[in-house]
Amino acid sequence: MSRLDEAFADGPAFVPYLALGDPDLESSLEYVKALERGGADVIELGLAFSEPIAEGPTIQSAVVRSLEGGMTPTKFLDAVEDLDVDVPLVCMTYYNLIYQFGEEAGPRPFVERAAEVGLSGFVVPDLPAEESGPLREACDEFGLDLIFIVAPTTRGERLERLMDQTSGYVYVQARLGVTGAKADVSDQTGESLDRLSEWDVPKAVGFGISSGEQAREVVAAGADGVIVGSALVDIVAEGTSAASRTQSGDVAEGHENGDSTEEVAARLEEKARELKEGALAGAQARTRPERT
Amino acid sequence: MSSNTNENPSKFGDYGGQYVPEALMPAIEELDDAFRRYVLENEGGFVDEFRERIRDFGGRPTPLQYAEQLSARYDTDVYLKREDLLHGGAHKLNNALGQVLLAKYMGKERIVAETGAGQHGTATAMAAAHLDMPCVVYMGRRDINRQRPNVFRMRLNGAEVEPVTAGRGTLKEAISEAMRDWATTVENTHYVIGSVVGPHPFPTMVREFQSVISEEARRQMREQAGGLPDSVVACAGGGSNTMGAFAEFVSDEDVSLFAVEAGGSSLEVDEETGVAPNSASLSTGTEGVLHGARTRLLQDGDGQIVESHSISSGLDYAGVGPELAHLVDEGRVTPVTVDDDAALAGFHRLSQEEGIIPALETAHAVAWLEDATSDQLGDSVVVCVSGRGDKDLESVIEETEKRDIENAPDMDVFSASGAGGSE
Repeated sequence: MSRLDEAFADGPAFVPYLALGDPDLESSLEYVKALERGGADVIELGLAFSEPIAEGPTIQSAVVRSLEGGMTPTKFLDAVEDLDVDVPLVCMTYYNLIYQFGEEAGPRPFVERAAEVGLSGFVVPDLPAEESGPLREACDEFGLDLIFIVAPTTRGERLERLMDQTSGYVYVQARLGVTGAKADVSDQTGESLDRLSEWDVPKAVGFGISSGEQAREVVAAGADGVIVGSALVDIVAEGTSAASRTQSGDVAEGHENGDSTEEVAARLEEKARELKEGALAGAQARTRPERT
Repeated sequence: MSSNTNENPSKFGDYGGQYVPEALMPAIEELDDAFRRYVLENEGGFVDEFRERIRDFGGRPTPLQYAEQLSARYDTDVYLKREDLLHGGAHKLNNALGQVLLAKYMGKERIVAETGAGQHGTATAMAAAHLDMPCVVYMGRRDINRQRPNVFRMRLNGAEVEPVTAGRGTLKEAISEAMRDWATTVENTHYVIGSVVGPHPFPTMVREFQSVISEEARRQMREQAGGLPDSVVACAGGGSNTMGAFAEFVSDEDVSLFAVEAGGSSLEVDEETGVAPNSASLSTGTEGVLHGARTRLLQDGDGQIVESHSISSGLDYAGVGPELAHLVDEGRVTPVTVDDDAALAGFHRLSQEEGIIPALETAHAVAWLEDATSDQLGDSVVVCVSGRGDKDLESVIEETEKRDIENAPDMDVFSASGAGGSE
C-alpha cells in the first residue's frame, strides 16, 4: 500500500493544493504546515510552469507570483526535502519541467530526486495516458504514484486506459474547464463517480470546490476525497495584496515582518478545517441506498 | 489533398504528440477521426467543397510572379508566390477556411482562435462569417496595440476579440488562453489553431490545408520556368506558410529549403530577464513540450518558456511546428535568421523594387536573399510572400523612425515635428 493509498484508508481525504513559493518560499512553507494542522490528508504542491494551460486565473496568478519569487524545480525539490510535515506530498506540475530536469533527457532524473526528497507522487495536467509511458516507468522504478485526471468528457476506451495507468488516487474533474472556485458543485460529479464505480483506486474530486458544504456534498455523492486549490490560493492572494498595501508595494518585506504570514496561515488552517469537517460530514451523510 | 494523402502520423521523429489536458483528448480524437475521413478521404465531398470555396471566396490559385528587379539584383531567377493576394491578404485563409469548414462538417457550433499579428484571427473571422459560425479570437494585449487594423477587421466580420493580458501579452499567452476556452467548451466548440503547432492532428492538418501553396508553386514553376526551382525560401514563426511552401518539395531532394527565422535584436538569450530577443526556435531552441506538442522551444535550463521577440508579431512565438523541427534535424530544411533591422530593410526593398508592400513576416524571407550565397539560391528561387503589409504600416513607421535604414523613405515627413501641423 502506497502512502497515498494509506491516506485515503481512514475515511474521506481532504487534499488541498498550494503553489510552492507563492508569494515567497518561506511563507508558503508556513502555509503548507497550516494546511496539515487544519486536517489535510495529502497536500498537492504546485511547481510553477510558465504556461499553465489547465489553470484558471486564480492559480495562474499564484504561478506568476511563485516564478517572480524565483521558484525553480531545484528549489522546489530542496524545499520539499526540508519540509517537516507528516502527510504525503504530491507534486503538481507540467511535463516540460519534469522532462528537462537533470543532465539526462527524460523524466527519470526528476523522479529519482523526487523520491529522494520524499514526494509521494505526481499530477501532470498536460500529460495524457498516451504520452505518459516514460514517466510511468520512472515512477514505478522509484515507487511513486502517478495520478491521472479523469474529465467529464472521458468515456469508453479512454476510461479503461486511465484505469490501467493511474495509481495512488484518481483526480476526478468535477466540471469542464480550468481550475477555479465556483459557487455550485456541478451535478457532473455524481455522474463522473458513477462511471468510475468499478475502479478500486480512491476517487478524489476537484475543480470548483470552495466550501465545507460543497465538500460535504461531494463526499456524500460518493467521493473518497476532495481536492481544493483556488479557494485556498485566494486566501494567499488576499494576504499578499494586503501585505503589499501595508508595505507600499514590497510584497517580500511585507512577509518578512511575520504578521501577515501568520495571519494568512491562520486563515488557511481555518479554511482547511472547514473543508475537512465538510468531507467528514459528507461521509456520515452518505445515505445512498445500496445498489441492487 | 496533397501527395502526402493518407499519411497522418502523430509524431515526426520524436517531435509532435499530444500533450494536453485529459478533458481535451476526446475532442482531439474526434478531430483526428474527422480529419482522416473528410480531409484525407474526401468523405461527404469535403475536399471538393473546400477547393471550390478557396477558389471562389479565397481567390486561388494565387500567382507565381517573376520578380524582375530582385532577379537582376541577386543574379538568379526570383519567383514570388503571391499569398498576399489571397483574400484577407495572407496565406492564413487556406487553413482557417479549411478548419472552419471541417468544424461545420463535424457539427460544431462555435469557433475559437488565437492570433499574433492578427492575420490568422482575421482569416478565421472571415471564414466564420462566410460559413455563418460565431467566433471568438484571443489576442495578446500587446499585439492588439501593435495590430489595430486587423483587430478592427475581425470586429467588422463579427468576431469577438478577447484581449489577453498574461505574460507579455503576445501569441504564446493567447494560445494558452484559447486552449483554456476550448477546455471549457470542448463539446460544441472547435479551436482553429493558426499554425502547424499544437497537439496531433493539428500540425499535419494545418500543413495539409497550407500545402496548396507548394502544390500550386510546383505546377506553376513547371509551366512558367520549365522545371522545379533550385531553392524555396519562406519565413518561419510557428511555421504554417513555411510548411505550406515546402510540403510538396520535400521529396524533391534537389530543391533546397530555407526557413527564415526572426533573429530579433540578438540571438543570445538574456538569462537575467528570461527573454530571448529573437524568435529563432529552430536555430537556437532546444527540445521540449509546449502547447500540446514536443518540439523545439526557446526555454531556459529549467524548462520554463522564455519570452520571444520579433519586430513582426506574426513571428513572435517561442515554439515552432514539430514537423519543421524534424525536417531541420534531418537536414532537409536549413534554418537561417534575419534580424529586425535587416527585415525592415527587406520590407522597404520589396516595396520599392517590386511594388509589393509585404507583411513584416514576409520581409524576413525577402531580406535573407541579401545574405544568401549564389550557391545556396541556385539559378532559381521561389520566395513565399506570406502576406501583405497593410497591417504592419503603423509598426513600420514607428520602427523605421528609430533606425537609420538607408533605403527607407524620408521619415521626417511622418514625424510629429516634420508634419508641421495636422491638416
